[in-house]
Amino acid sequence: EVLCCANYPLYIRSVPTQGELKFHYTVHTSLDVVEEKISGVGKALADQRELYLGLLYPTEDYKVYGYMTNSKVKFVIVVDSSNTSLRDNEIRSMFRKLHNSFTDVMCNPFYNPGDPIQSKAFDSIVSTMMVQAF
Amino acid sequence: MEPHEEKPIIYTMENKPIVTCAGDQNLFTALYGSLTQQLPREPMEWRRSYGRAPKMIYLEANFVQFKEELLPKEGNKALLTFPFLHIYWTDCCDTEVYKASVKEDMQRWQAALRLHGSVDWLIAVVESDNKKKNKTNILPRTSIVDKIRNDFCNKQSDRCVSLCDPLKESSRSQESWSSFLTKLRTLLLMSFTRNLGRFEDDMRTLREKRTEPGWSFCDYFMVQEELAFVFEMLQQFEEALVQYDELDALFTQYVLNFGAGDGANWLGSFCQPVRSWNGLLLRRPIDMEKRDLIQRGEASLLDLRSYLFSRQCTLLIFLQRPWEVTARALELLHNCVQELRLLEVCFSPPVFQTCLGRFWAVFGACFRYLGLPRVWGVLGVFRTSLGHISDKSGVFLGCSPYKKLKEALSSVEAFEKHYLVSVRSLGDPQSAENFLLDSLKSYVSESWSLPLTHTRKQIAECQKQLQKMDEYLQTSALLASDTNLSEEERRHFCQEILTFASQTAEGKGQQKDARVALSMSSVTRLQELCFRPSSALVHVSAALLLELRLCSLMPVPVTLEHISASIHFTEEQPGSTAQKRAAQNPDGTVTFPAASPASASALELCEMLEHSPSDNTLSSAGLACRNMHLLMRRNDSATSLDTPNTALTALALEDGAQMLRASDVTLSPGNNSIVFTAPPGVYTLRQLCATLGRVQLVLPHLYPVVQYEVYSQEPQLSIQPLTVSHLVCVVVSEHLLAGLPQQVKFTILTGHYSVKKGDALQLSNTDSMPVLHSSTRSARILSSSAELVAESALSIQSSEKVTSISLPVTPPYHTLEFLLDVLCHIPSCPARMESERLTNGQISHRTRSRTRFNSGMTLIDQKVSVDCPWSIYSTLVSLTFHVPFKVKHSLLSVGRRKFIQVCLQNVSDTNFRLTNQTLTENQHTPSLELLSLNTTTHSLVFRQQCVFSVWELRWSGVSPVSLHCEFSASFAPADAPDAALKPYRYHFTLERVSIRPAEGEQDCRTGALCRLEVSLTRLSEPSDSDEEYSDTDGLRTTRLLYEVIDNNSNWAVCGKSSGVVSMPVAAMATHKVHMEVMPLFAGHLPFPSIRLFKYLPHHASPVIPPDTDSCLENDSLSLDDQAETASLRSRGSVQSLGSGESAQPRGPMPKRQAFGPGQVFNGTQGQQVLVLPAADHHLMEVNVT
Repeated sequence: EVLCCANYPLYIRSVPTQGELKFHYTVHTSLDVVEEKISGVGKALADQRELYLGLLYPTEDYKVYGYMTNSKVKFVIVVDSSNTSLRDNEIRSMFRKLHNSFTDVMCNPFYNPGDPIQSKAFDSIVSTMMVQAF
Repeated sequence: MEPHEEKPIIYTMENKPIVTCAGDQNLFTALYGSLTQQLPREPMEWRRSYGRAPKMIYLEANFVQFKEELLPKEGNKALLTFPFLHIYWTDCCDTEVYKASVKEDMQRWQAALRLHGSVDWLIAVVESDNKKKNKTNILPRTSIVDKIRNDFCNKQSDRCVSLCDPLKESSRSQESWSSFLTKLRTLLLMSFTRNLGRFEDDMRTLREKRTEPGWSFCDYFMVQEELAFVFEMLQQFEEALVQYDELDALFTQYVLNFGAGDGANWLGSFCQPVRSWNGLLLRRPIDMEKRDLIQRGEASLLDLRSYLFSRQCTLLIFLQRPWEVTARALELLHNCVQELRLLEVCFSPPVFQTCLGRFWAVFGACFRYLGLPRVWGVLGVFRTSLGHISDKSGVFLGCSPYKKLKEALSSVEAFEKHYLVSVRSLGDPQSAENFLLDSLKSYVSESWSLPLTHTRKQIAECQKQLQKMDEYLQTSALLASDTNLSEEERRHFCQEILTFASQTAEGKGQQKDARVALSMSSVTRLQELCFRPSSALVHVSAALLLELRLCSLMPVPVTLEHISASIHFTEEQPGSTAQKRAAQNPDGTVTFPAASPASASALELCEMLEHSPSDNTLSSAGLACRNMHLLMRRNDSATSLDTPNTALTALALEDGAQMLRASDVTLSPGNNSIVFTAPPGVYTLRQLCATLGRVQLVLPHLYPVVQYEVYSQEPQLSIQPLTVSHLVCVVVSEHLLAGLPQQVKFTILTGHYSVKKGDALQLSNTDSMPVLHSSTRSARILSSSAELVAESALSIQSSEKVTSISLPVTPPYHTLEFLLDVLCHIPSCPARMESERLTNGQISHRTRSRTRFNSGMTLIDQKVSVDCPWSIYSTLVSLTFHVPFKVKHSLLSVGRRKFIQVCLQNVSDTNFRLTNQTLTENQHTPSLELLSLNTTTHSLVFRQQCVFSVWELRWSGVSPVSLHCEFSASFAPADAPDAALKPYRYHFTLERVSIRPAEGEQDCRTGALCRLEVSLTRLSEPSDSDEEYSDTDGLRTTRLLYEVIDNNSNWAVCGKSSGVVSMPVAAMATHKVHMEVMPLFAGHLPFPSIRLFKYLPHHASPVIPPDTDSCLENDSLSLDDQAETASLRSRGSVQSLGSGESAQPRGPMPKRQAFGPGQVFNGTQGQQVLVLPAADHHLMEVNVT
């Protein structure tokens, strides 16, 4: 239920694996919303942009949250909509953690930007986040 | 509430708060117009309860006549029909009249109001001057107003207002109007606050009861909607919307709770099966039908939802926020879908269709308000929703409300396209396919593997329905190799292909091209190509095997009828293919990059080195981008092989091309290898094609370019010096040495020619280089891979002119090697001094190819003409021999004794043994004796070292004018036996040195004229280009300029000191010139120095000094016998004056050119002449070499 991407997926991980296809669709769709949000925000607050984009849209089952780094790498978290324990603040901190971890990945000299992320450290961060959240 | 006649009117948006009017109806009617007009003119601040923000509102009112039935009965919650204010109008100004009738009427009115608990009333007293004037008995102190206040408004004096002359245009009337209106507004607001507050309290109470059994959402809905209506009526749309939102939220919560198992009875009505859905009407502000349904508790979920939504939309539009409509529409759709599911509402497919249609109509309506920015998001989400519904209902829907929807959405064309996404499952597979292909493109470009697979599956379905077999098979091929799919699915798609392939093309007999070409890259991955032998370069008779390594992505083994690789003949120089094969590893494998969109975009650079074909020197170097054609093409026209419809057009088979074939190949899942055998020629691999019944798998381009060469070669002969350094520990130079037997290696590359029995090489003999016979000679035959095949004896026959070497039988493409001993005689006259001249830097171009300046070796070129059996032409082979020695001689004098020293320098890298060094005189001059002073007869001369030997020259009587001597020695390599000694001869001539006294005179004397004889002798024949010739009387001559100068003032040259002589071009030609000199001192004087120049006639001088004076500065120089310096000068001056000699105004001047050092040997250099105080005669000889 976590994805980092710049329109092409860098990393996708979902907890109930059987519905993976749906997640992919959801995430893919959410990118349009991200795009829209960015273009809307960009005009008004180009410089002091908030990275967290908030709830992108709710589907009948999931809530989709978005986050975009300054280098336009997007993070999307999809949460079951029945999950009420996750408030905006938690999501926000999850994104921040993700972003930090992602930065670490990018700092790895052996990582080729644009390749799918295959970092154990990143994996574990995501796993712990998922365990906590879901 | 009972149905009311006015109700439809009430529910229009022209609703206004009701204000009743009692009392004098005529008066009111008169005032009505200005009242309704002026009331909304100014806003009023509305302070709200519960800390809600105050609002400025413009009040309007619907003034109706007071009737008792207008007053709300107990328990009636209808707010819209609620009269908020009651006004009693009177224009009574007469106390009597008041007391008589008006007061009573007012009391009745008040009683009626009190009965219904209404406290919002107002008495308006209209004062009119006209009326007052008519009445004379006016009480000045207490007016009617006061009376009324006294009677009715105890403590509420503001409930009675007077209005002065309302119909007049006076300032007083204006004033009273404005205060009246203010009062009216205030009271109205007070009434609102009070009544609405009470209503809200009631409503809240009702809401708190929602857990009680029997509570109905519908009832509550009606109540809260009343409030919303009132707010709407007051134009407080925001507030109204809040009411609906609250209702929405409440309902949603209920449904969610229901889903969680917390059911409520009233929800039962919503659980009824959906029979129909009539859609949304956003045009009408209020959909009364639905409202009635809700009121009766008969509304379905969809009815309620759509009613709510339509109300919300209406309000949003009033609020001028239409964009929220779409957002809410989206939510609505989700909610509906989710709630239907939660409530487990079942609905039949036709209903569902209509419902979907309605959904879309909603969208259509929404999108009319807006552009399409959110289409994507909406649709993406909606697609999943639909997926849910279809899953849930388990219905695959065949036909669609496509047309209806299209109409609904016709205003937004782009929408139609996207709309098709979700109607994919419902309708026209054609448009669905198109759409899916579009979305597929985006998934491919962004590498979303799972959606990609899913979309492809859908496409496959569409294509199957559409009977697009080509495309379907292509998609199936992709799906069959898709690891995201389950094994079963993959098998299914693979089977689809196989089934099609095995079908005979009976039904399509008319169609010639019943075959279907699929992209091979979707099914298999070409991993490697391996050449055996690895060079990919073999000759015709050898076998070049080409092994393809294919990785099959199919889930099952596939048996191909045959697989073929089409090849393209390349007409190129064999040498230039080297860089083309740069992709090949040294072990002969070509690895094909895995096709991925990311790797395709990387630049693939390679080094390009071009060697010139003649001498293999580098002629150009550079970097080339090998996949430029991929990178440089326009992006929009780029087609990916993954999109089957575009790739298919590119899958044209190259017809008529040559093929490599392999039959009956089974491709099992995983790695396979296929071996081809290559035909002769230089070929580039182009395509791969696998045939599988009617299906052909085609790989249209092989990249990187792979080339191989099966060549046919002309026979070649080469002769090289044999390098023996690896056999002998002595370092042997790689040069052939003259004078010693040398081995040369003959190498014959037979090429396509097979050497037959009796074939022989014919070598033309030359005297200077005989071929030596040796008893055992054998030839080695090597295969093309340098393996020794055979060794056979070689027979050599020699006749006078020709040496014939009969070759052993050799198959084509083999190498034949044998050694031959040759001896190059050292020419006996090394006085050509060629090497010396070369060291002087005067290099003529002719000799460039055989130079070795630093070693100073003399080179001998030997040309051997070889007749080969395979050619009618003779092959001219040039061998260069090096003379190992360089000999110098010098004449040494001690007093009258003369010694000849010969210095033999070994210029080669071989050590030599030297014996029998002898010096002989060729002319056998009787009185001459050469006395050897050498002690050893044997000596070793190491490389680059010298050996000196000295002889004393003794003679009796007159010394000879010249001596022709010959130095000879035997030499052999230092480690060779004595028998190997070879003679070495060196001829030289000593030109003598004579002092020939003048006739009758013994010695020269100072002051007296002496005769000086200058003898110029040519010692060598000139080489062709060295000197200029002039033909005079059939005799070739060279013109020399001599000059006798004495710089030391020892001699005075009398008469002509210089002149030009013509030397015949023949060795030993001598020219003698006599002149007179006078010694100025007595004693041993050195000879005057004589300088020699080449005299170049004017036409031969390429560089002409512009100034005559600078050209010839020497006064004493005359250019020829006749031309005196003075005349030349005068001529020059004439020229400089620019006189009439205009034919050649700058006539080229003759030029002198100095000889190089060492070219002139001065015989009297360093010699002295004894000059006595008396006159003496001298004779001097100058030798020119």
